[in-house]
Amino acid sequence: MTPAPDGPSATGTTSYLLSLKGVSKAFGANQALSGVDFEVGAGEVVALVGDNGAGKSTLVKAIAGVQLCDEGTIYFNGQVVKISSPQDATALGIATVYQDLALCDNLDVVANLYLGRELFAKGAARGAFFLDETAMEQSSLKLLQSLAVTTIKDVREPVGSLSGGQRQAVAIARSLLGEPSVVLLDEPTAALGVSQTEQVLGLIHELRKRGLGVVIISHNLENVFAVADRIVVLRLGRRSATFDVRGVSREDVVSAITGAEFGLGASIRKESA
Amino acid sequence: MSDERDTPLSMRGAGRMFRELGRKLAQGEAGPLLVLLMVAAIWTFFQFQNDRFLSPGNLTNLMLQQSAVATISIGIVLILLLGEIDLSVGAVSGFCASVMAVLIVNNHLPPALAALAALVLGAAVGLFNGFMVTRFRIPSFVVTLAGSLTLVGLQLYVLGETGTINLADSFVTRLTSTFFPPLIGWAVAVLAILLTLAFALTGRARRARAGLAVGPLWSLLVGVGVIGAAFLALVAVVNQDRGLPLVVVIVFGLALAFAYVTERTRFGRHMFAVGGNAEAARRAGIKIDHVRLMVFVLGSTLAAAGGVLAASRLTAVNQSSGGSDLLLMAIAGPVIAGTSLFGGRGTVWSAILGAVVIGSIANGMDLLSYSSSVKFIVTGAVLITAVTIESVTRMRRRGTIE
Repeated sequence: MTPAPDGPSATGTTSYLLSLKGVSKAFGANQALSGVDFEVGAGEVVALVGDNGAGKSTLVKAIAGVQLCDEGTIYFNGQVVKISSPQDATALGIATVYQDLALCDNLDVVANLYLGRELFAKGAARGAFFLDETAMEQSSLKLLQSLAVTTIKDVREPVGSLSGGQRQAVAIARSLLGEPSVVLLDEPTAALGVSQTEQVLGLIHELRKRGLGVVIISHNLENVFAVADRIVVLRLGRRSATFDVRGVSREDVVSAITGAEFGLGASIRKESA
Repeated sequence: MSDERDTPLSMRGAGRMFRELGRKLAQGEAGPLLVLLMVAAIWTFFQFQNDRFLSPGNLTNLMLQQSAVATISIGIVLILLLGEIDLSVGAVSGFCASVMAVLIVNNHLPPALAALAALVLGAAVGLFNGFMVTRFRIPSFVVTLAGSLTLVGLQLYVLGETGTINLADSFVTRLTSTFFPPLIGWAVAVLAILLTLAFALTGRARRARAGLAVGPLWSLLVGVGVIGAAFLALVAVVNQDRGLPLVVVIVFGLALAFAYVTERTRFGRHMFAVGGNAEAARRAGIKIDHVRLMVFVLGSTLAAAGGVLAASRLTAVNQSSGGSDLLLMAIAGPVIAGTSLFGGRGTVWSAILGAVVIGSIANGMDLLSYSSSVKFIVTGAVLITAVTIESVTRMRRRGTIE
């Protein structure tokens, strides 16, 4: 059903940053994923789309180490790896930004960016566990600047008073502090207004420019077309189609998501040939 | 950001400061300012009713009366910052002080060692509370309520049949009956001012060196000036009476130490994170149960310290030590002074300010010889007003998010 996509080799494991082969996961009698392959390359944005219950979240959870899969192999930089905990994923360089963002509203932007990895002052102050606020603020500003996030004027503002887009930007920026090579974004534009969505999409472009592999889960096809290089469609736990965003219409993607007969166009036939 | 450091900095800085102040007032983040206004109103009122209220002797008494509550409140602030509650602090203070008295009077232990034992016992109670909360996921409300009942029983048990132990010894009673001579009082004030100034200036210089935005120098100097004036006024007042009380230095030192821990260290940062969004803290790799456990230990240890100070002030421990309204006052104080009951917002200084507010009301009413009934009613009214303000501003803050 899902042979290697437009990757260069038959196995496709060497050219991609991250690839999964034959991933399956069952919850009791419910087969959430059956033999799914997935891959993302450096400097590539892959959109993972599908209807509710198609298996998107299960797949992302497997990559993030939150939930183990029953079968399947994960390759990272061509090596077989085992991801059995979120820490494993982080150690490999896979960062996940969940939909709820997991920010502390009462803390400011700098504190949120460095939460759990605070910097200490050097010298005698280190003995007093003195936090190096100056260094943290400095590199927070640098980080946001490098991501072209210009809407956050004051990094000492509590995150609770920021807009949805700014909060998303903080969450994404925080995931980059661990210097990951793959970033998973779960519904990054859900519940955002037009201009806020633009900001976040701009941020995703920035991630690609940095050479990161980006996976976004989204229901919003408009955003997917605006930002993704490839679209991977899951349907009923199987990978039903893969599209290059250039030269595919929204109708083709929608029919792949819904499984509608009339939409089985050229690109899908090519895949299952 | 960095380009804002350029030319019209002080003007813009002043404007921003006022706008910031307005926002903070509206959103309830200017706790200290509101509380200081409240204190000013209370003091003005009582001074008009009885001109002995603001006399050096009475103000010194106020400090001595409130030192135990303020100490317990510091621990309460730490616990409130996590969004937890500890209803056993009153009982912990009474029980630990009772054990100390028994060790001194019946077992003839050196008083300093007995006081230390009281603190260790407090820490042990906190460890137990924290363990029950983190290991069995029992709400801290229930754990500490049950603990409180048990400890009251234990206190009655260790005090025995007489129910009162008098402390004639020197070390414990001296904690609240030692006053520094005027010159040392002034020296302490000047030292405190110089340290505040040095800390503010080096922090500012470090930020400037790193190319970060710094406020105008005059606002820093005004801030230090205000704090400095407060220090000098305090020493001027107490020097007209018996001098700077040792216990004021102790309580202030404790507040300073815990303000440092909560605001400048990683542990403090993690406390705020756990209180703000425990799930986010957990995902950020923070061991949230360790933080909780540690804070319960600190809270109970400070409660025991408060018990020692209360025993020192009374020069005795009896069956009602740590009882009556002590627990409620210790919790009400920080809440009146702006520490949130819902976690993640507040400062250690609210413990001191809250103790001053509540102490002023109680002390003023005593001077006017009101009955306890009126005292309780008024204190309750102040508390409900303060909590309402906190809640309204919290809703307003929420409004800015969604």
